Amino acid sequence: MLVHSRGAKWAVWAVFLVLFLPVFALPLLVVLGASFATNWSSALPSGFTTGHYDAATRGEALQALTTSLLTAAAASLLALAAGTWAALAAAGLKRRYRRVLDALFVLPVAVPSVVVGLAILVAFSKPPFLLNGTREIVILAHTVLVTAFAHQSVSAALARLDPAYEQAAASLGARPGYVLWRVRLPLLLPSLTAAAGLCLALSMGELSATMMLYPPDWTPLPVLIYAATDRGALFTGSALAVVLMAATLLALFAVSRIRTRASYR
Amino acid sequence: MSGGIRFDSVTVAYDGNVVLDSLDLTVEPGEVMALLGPSGSGKTTALRAVAGFVRPASGRVFLGGRDVTDLPPYRRGIGMVVQQYALFPHMRVEENVAFGLKAQKVARGEIRERVALALEMTGMAAYARRRPRELSGGQQQRVAIARALAIRPDVLLLDEPLSALDARLRSDMLAELARLHRELPDVTILYVTHDQVEALTLGDRIAVMDRARLRACGTPRELYRAPADEFTASFLGGANLLPVTVGEEGVFLGGRRIKVSGEAPGAAATLCVRPHLVGLGDGPNQLAGTVSEIQWRGSTHRLCVDVDGNRVMADVRELKDPPAHGDSVTLHFAPEDAVLLAAGVTDD
Repeated sequence: MLVHSRGAKWAVWAVFLVLFLPVFALPLLVVLGASFATNWSSALPSGFTTGHYDAATRGEALQALTTSLLTAAAASLLALAAGTWAALAAAGLKRRYRRVLDALFVLPVAVPSVVVGLAILVAFSKPPFLLNGTREIVILAHTVLVTAFAHQSVSAALARLDPAYEQAAASLGARPGYVLWRVRLPLLLPSLTAAAGLCLALSMGELSATMMLYPPDWTPLPVLIYAATDRGALFTGSALAVVLMAATLLALFAVSRIRTRASYR
Repeated sequence: MSGGIRFDSVTVAYDGNVVLDSLDLTVEPGEVMALLGPSGSGKTTALRAVAGFVRPASGRVFLGGRDVTDLPPYRRGIGMVVQQYALFPHMRVEENVAFGLKAQKVARGEIRERVALALEMTGMAAYARRRPRELSGGQQQRVAIARALAIRPDVLLLDEPLSALDARLRSDMLAELARLHRELPDVTILYVTHDQVEALTLGDRIAVMDRARLRACGTPRELYRAPADEFTASFLGGANLLPVTVGEEGVFLGGRRIKVSGEAPGAAATLCVRPHLVGLGDGPNQLAGTVSEIQWRGSTHRLCVDVDGNRVMADVRELKDPPAHGDSVTLHFAPEDAVLLAAGVTDD
């Protein structure tokens, strides 16, 4: 603990709350309030109804939620596979080449996601790679955007992994493939699930690249929220946002359950 | 005949930095060879060359007469135990021990039998269902040994296996390792250590290494009684190393004539006497000096005596009335307890 005296601890907590509440917590609380409100003429929304949720949990909205969850799951799995593979391959490279590879993977994060969306749209609008207007192009864009995080988190974990484990395995007669499946990947599992959670959360909230690419039959929830608030339906938008938030938190919770089971130390 | 390790001029270099310089060494089948040396002496590198984790820049490594220099580690069939145990944390004890057998696709029934046997031998049968993190350091090391023995290797590599344990546990495990080797007399063991007690206790022979080179190799008794050079003498057991001159009339330490049985290597030599062979009081080869330091070590006293500018250490049975700092004392040693070494070639 950096601060010892009781008074100072209280002061630190007070500063934390003053900074944290208005910036992080209050806006979310206001959205939560608005999702149950009937009017919003003063500073805070007022009135009470659950009617917005009726619209937000059926029909088009429900389909958008499913779309978001499926897109996030598919993109996270693809990103995890690609990122892990790349990290494992890079671990065998010389330092200089590894740096180049790391930089390549960070590129989609460094470039604004609108630009990534546009680039993918342009690249896949002509045969033979005609993906424009398909759901695959949305999943592809999300994958490109989140792979960097999967790659980074797995590379960091690999660098920390004690080579003694794989050497012990090899000396016991295990081939490299067997060592990968039975020793290295299980030991990386905590980092893999952490990366999966991060990818999932990022993909669930992705809007800017998605806007440029989504086909009418594959509308993720953030797009619907944007559309609702854009046409002035603030309360419906708020209810949709709360649904998105809750769904994301539930998904992250599920992933973290796997994670606690996978950690050994 | 299985087993046996042979290093044939094995040189290992990292980025042009030679860490093992042209090692020639043969370990006979069933023999325990202790590789003894300070850190950075190349002893672990030699072990890793046998395991296949470092590739020699030149030279060949043979296992049981077979050239394994170009084989990957998993095709060498050796058991290995390292200082940090390296037990797989996500597997239970029995799964750890079964790992090598599963990887080599041994039949299920046989795996169960051999795991049980290996755990029995190391006294860990009661812990089969535990996770490694639930075990103490000594227990983890036993499991690591069981895991290495389960694959029935011809060659067992032990890399400082006791260094992470506390002193008392270390001496128990040392006895345990000696027992295991008696039960498995065909297993060739390469035992890397920086601890001379472990090397003297376990080694059929000891190879002393320093600065990437093999310094001396012989049975513990040979190396202890008649070390080949100053480094071996001081690293293995500690020694008084005193500069002497050898002439027609005999061996002289300062102006004093010393009687030594054995040949002198040249005109300038180093006299080597073990501290516990130096006695207090009158006797042959008397040396007079003043006490510069005295340490009580329970059953013994260690005296450091300044004899004409040379520091002579003597370990004597606990004294009722020990001399004090600055007192004049006389030391002596028997001619047959001293050895003459070539002077100063290993000392920089």
